[in-house]
Amino acid sequence: METFIGQPVKRREDDRFLKGAGKYTDDIKLPGMTHSAFVRSPYAHARILSIDTSKAKTAEGVVAIYTAEDGCGAFGVPCGWQVDFKNGETMREPQHPLLAKDKIRHVGEAVAIVIAETQELARDAAELVQVSYEGLPAVTCPKKAMEPGAPKVHDEWEDNASFDWCIGNDRAAVEAALEKAHHVTEMTYKNHRVAPNAIEPRSYIADYDVNGDKWTLYTSTQNPHLIRLLLCAFALGIPEHKVRVVSYDVGGGFGSKIYHYTEEALLTWASKEIGRPVKWTSDRTEAFLTDAHGRDHIVHSKMGFDKDGKIVAHLTDEYCAMGAYLSTFAPAVPTYLHGTLFQGVYTTPLIHLNVVAPFTHTVAVDAYRGAGRPEATYLLERIMSKAAKEMAIDPAELRFKNFIPPFDGVKEPGYQTQVALQYDSGNYEAVLKRGLEMLGYEDFRMDQAEARKNGKLLGVGISTYIEGCGIAPSAVVGALGARAGLYEVGHVRVQPTGKVSVFTGAHSHGQGHETVFAQFVADKLGISMDDVDIVHGDTDQVAFGMGTYGSRSLSVGGSAIIKSIDKILEKGAKIAAHKLEAAEEDLEYAEGKWKVKGTDKSISFGDVSLTAYVPHDYPEGLEPGLDFSSFYDPTNFTYPFGTHIAVVEVCADTGKVTLQRFVACDDVGNVMNPMIVDGQIHGGVVQGVGQALLEEVVFDGEGQMATGSYMDYAMPRADDVPMIETDRTTTPCPHNPLGVKGAGEAGAIGSTPAVVNAVVDALSHLGVTDIQMPVTPQRVWKAMQSKK
Amino acid sequence: MIPAKFEYKRASSVSEAISMLGEHGMDAKLVSGGHSLVPAMKLRMSRPEVLIDIKRIPGLDIITEEGNEIVIGANCTHTQVMRSELVQKDVNIVYQAVSRIGDIQIRNRGTIGGSLAHADPSSDYPAVVLACDAKIEVEGGNGKRSIDAKDFFLGIFTTALEEDEIITAVRFPKVANGTYFKFYQSASRFAVVGVAAVKEGDHVKVGVTGVAGTPYRATAVENAYSGNGDAAEHAVDGIDDIMSDHFADEEYRAHLAKVMVRKALEAVN
Amino acid sequence: MQISMTINGKEYSHDVEPRISLAQYLRENLDLTGTHIGCDTSGCGACTVHVDGAAAKACTLLAVQVDGSEITTIEGMANGKEMHPIQEAFKENHGLQCGFCTPGMVMTAADILKNNPNASEEEIRHGLEGNFCRCTGYHNIVKSIQHAAEKMNA
Repeated sequence: METFIGQPVKRREDDRFLKGAGKYTDDIKLPGMTHSAFVRSPYAHARILSIDTSKAKTAEGVVAIYTAEDGCGAFGVPCGWQVDFKNGETMREPQHPLLAKDKIRHVGEAVAIVIAETQELARDAAELVQVSYEGLPAVTCPKKAMEPGAPKVHDEWEDNASFDWCIGNDRAAVEAALEKAHHVTEMTYKNHRVAPNAIEPRSYIADYDVNGDKWTLYTSTQNPHLIRLLLCAFALGIPEHKVRVVSYDVGGGFGSKIYHYTEEALLTWASKEIGRPVKWTSDRTEAFLTDAHGRDHIVHSKMGFDKDGKIVAHLTDEYCAMGAYLSTFAPAVPTYLHGTLFQGVYTTPLIHLNVVAPFTHTVAVDAYRGAGRPEATYLLERIMSKAAKEMAIDPAELRFKNFIPPFDGVKEPGYQTQVALQYDSGNYEAVLKRGLEMLGYEDFRMDQAEARKNGKLLGVGISTYIEGCGIAPSAVVGALGARAGLYEVGHVRVQPTGKVSVFTGAHSHGQGHETVFAQFVADKLGISMDDVDIVHGDTDQVAFGMGTYGSRSLSVGGSAIIKSIDKILEKGAKIAAHKLEAAEEDLEYAEGKWKVKGTDKSISFGDVSLTAYVPHDYPEGLEPGLDFSSFYDPTNFTYPFGTHIAVVEVCADTGKVTLQRFVACDDVGNVMNPMIVDGQIHGGVVQGVGQALLEEVVFDGEGQMATGSYMDYAMPRADDVPMIETDRTTTPCPHNPLGVKGAGEAGAIGSTPAVVNAVVDALSHLGVTDIQMPVTPQRVWKAMQSKK
Repeated sequence: MIPAKFEYKRASSVSEAISMLGEHGMDAKLVSGGHSLVPAMKLRMSRPEVLIDIKRIPGLDIITEEGNEIVIGANCTHTQVMRSELVQKDVNIVYQAVSRIGDIQIRNRGTIGGSLAHADPSSDYPAVVLACDAKIEVEGGNGKRSIDAKDFFLGIFTTALEEDEIITAVRFPKVANGTYFKFYQSASRFAVVGVAAVKEGDHVKVGVTGVAGTPYRATAVENAYSGNGDAAEHAVDGIDDIMSDHFADEEYRAHLAKVMVRKALEAVN
Repeated sequence: MQISMTINGKEYSHDVEPRISLAQYLRENLDLTGTHIGCDTSGCGACTVHVDGAAAKACTLLAVQVDGSEITTIEGMANGKEMHPIQEAFKENHGLQCGFCTPGMVMTAADILKNNPNASEEEIRHGLEGNFCRCTGYHNIVKSIQHAAEKMNA
């Protein structure tokens, strides 16, 4: 019988996408639908002196115009995570209004919404809204935001800090160990701000049904239930059972579509006010100005080594921007998704990280593919390679010296880190060995030496990462400040004919759940994939869910489905035993049948299903039906890991970097569909390469974004990158039923430091020890110049 | 994103286009491919009241050989120019530059006339028309005239075209030995520096785009040229409006100009 | 203004405002929502269609500019139920993830292969200069186009 787990099954969702039949939010038209446009602030920091909508209100096709005065949204959009000060003070959490009231705190902040009969007319009228501002000085750099006298983002507090937090060992002990260290490597740099740039811009349609007193919100989100919860319980205070949130096809998320945005809440509110559906689709400039950004850490770090190159201590201080308001997960990103990974794959005995998280006059910073882990990995992997150079040890060798030894989490316990977590299973040496082998590392070093003689600048960069995925055990994250549980729901409904509908709270926005989930469901039930449908993205169909981010869909969402399958098989066995007139314990289930062991008596899954719904001859006391829903709350995070190696050539004349090769050996635990895992790695790698070489959000002194379009924000293109060479090792996750760890973010986590390490390596013989990301031709050339 | 309202008119001849321009003056804009203008209109940075579409005017989309010259009609798309055997054979430098403009889709719609009239200081064509000593053929209320490339570009997005003038063709002398080098800005892929070099006998003519607000002939390079790349050191001599942005500040842009000029000089040798 | 076009082999005629882009016209007037708008200013290529046989970015063309043209959109690529070899190759090679850039990628790929049936990897990558994909890292898109070329040349 055909099985599907581990097979490169082609995706069933592809036909509709390839024919142009995908259903993205902006593709939806509702009867009577209106369109909206926002009036947005051109200032980063300003006082609103007056708003005059009179002219706009009389413009052609205008249905309504609302400003903060109209009372939209009692509470504003909430933050879902609380990280308090290390001295015990509560996190400073400003209200995030749906429309700015008195003060503007970032460019692009909405001041008014204009609703009209067509998109064109809404935009025309929006131009007629007259807002007068008094511009104020702005601060966009998280470090400068903490300097005395810096412009304040929120007047109610004495400075711009949202919190000041630390993790790890006692600071004094870490400092003392650094004092005594044989060698200390130090780095100061910026893990710069990037814009997520899902190619589908955010899009929402809110539809209030007057007769049913119900709302439907169509939204391009990664987590419809979470949006419903935040919208109902916090932003608008409306009854949750009267709101349906629908998220059909979503054109990429990368984190940016996790959060509950002001526009979602405002449209929902406005739809009731006007009694008609309202649509808004972001344009690209609005996306740059209002989608939550990623990264933006200013880092100062010291790592100490003994005379054998073993790490003895690691101390880091960071300033991590929050932006003007706290986005849904923002406080978690530079803290619990970041500091907890400071162990990396090394046996570092003493670690201390301090994070000051200031408000800045910018759009919010929140989770962006990898969320906190890429920033941790960048730091560890850059500093390891820098230290290797300083100590004249090969960078691969230095890593081998410091790796945590292999452990499978079953025979040996998990690895307890200095930063709160216990790793599940790992074999870090194996992925580095394999990565070096894939590259031909020793041969490369010879080629490099030869190339240098001819003035050619070749470099290789290694990164050996670990990440925390499968987010997350609710009690653990609750203790760390999460205001939600991070379980997942899997509902399996066996239809009377034995066909199976699976409802998952996870959400696919490119990951291929409709295929991958059907693969393991079909295998576990011993039925054909054609008999399994996966339903997601609709709160009226799916009981509950926490959505897709943090590489959690399979490890958490998949596990919830497995739990329901177990319940179905358990109940099915009772029915089968009754029908076969055998004892339950004498049955075995395989290939879609319950068989009486040692006989040829059997009953098929389909017959049992039919019996469950036509319970004429049925076990006494057993409920009819075959339909189970389960919540799965993981017992631990999962910890994928891997080695990424980049080879670059630097043009000595212009400083331009060409990525020649990229090798990725990842361990994501068990693999359900290798084709899809490879695809996730490819995409993640190129996103990480984008940060390393091309992408950067730049603000000028007034807080204006200099990179608000594709004319100024450099996205990686097909000819910027080579084919990605991938391979895997497999260390199963010991604590979830599929043994999976997650693959969605790995690529973006490992790749960035590999590329920058390679560029620095290419220039190391010239005396270059570090270059600020993105390593643009200009920065590389200036680094070379500075050593002349 | 949607442009502000405008009136759309289609000109069926050059003279009709000119009279429409005469009628609407500053309120009107010509459109051919529209690949610079339409995005600007969508961002509402450009808001013409009348858009005059000249794309369908017969006779403006042909490439001909006239004696020692290749004449490219203003409405020829970049793809059409790129695929022209005449261009590839007799003004290969134009082929080299055009094949690096934008991307396939943009080359399929953008036109030589539109590109020159728009006069983006980072676009590719200016360097080439300058180095080739091409002539921009224009027609307006006062009749036809021919503008030397060196007199055509007056500043950022500013040309010698009168309000009622329309580019009809660009006349390139045949070039036996010419080359175009480009270092592109990684987001827009416009030129940070674009250098066209044409060698005639012992002399070289060098056009530079992307570096200054106005594309220029690098006369200091031309004067210092002695058969090798060394004259590239003079690539920005006398240029006082070197552009600067987060991709390339003045210092780096000047350096790149020298690097690209050197490459070009070495290539034409 | 009244305009007429042949779109995917069918004639259409509509009265549209001159400021409406071809992409908007296709999506709003004809419900051909496979043409996506990603940046609206000819940067990302998600809106790529064919105008008179050549790839163009429909967001940066006014519908009135292409009055009288023949347009092919992603919806017109398949022959009934049978997908175009490029579409098939994208499916076979996992050349798409979220699907949003995919219509534009397929339409650009068709232009690349029409003019260069034996395009090299480098030529394919260069040909995709005007199309962004945030999901695939381009790896499987390039592979898909290579495989499509093999099939179409066979």
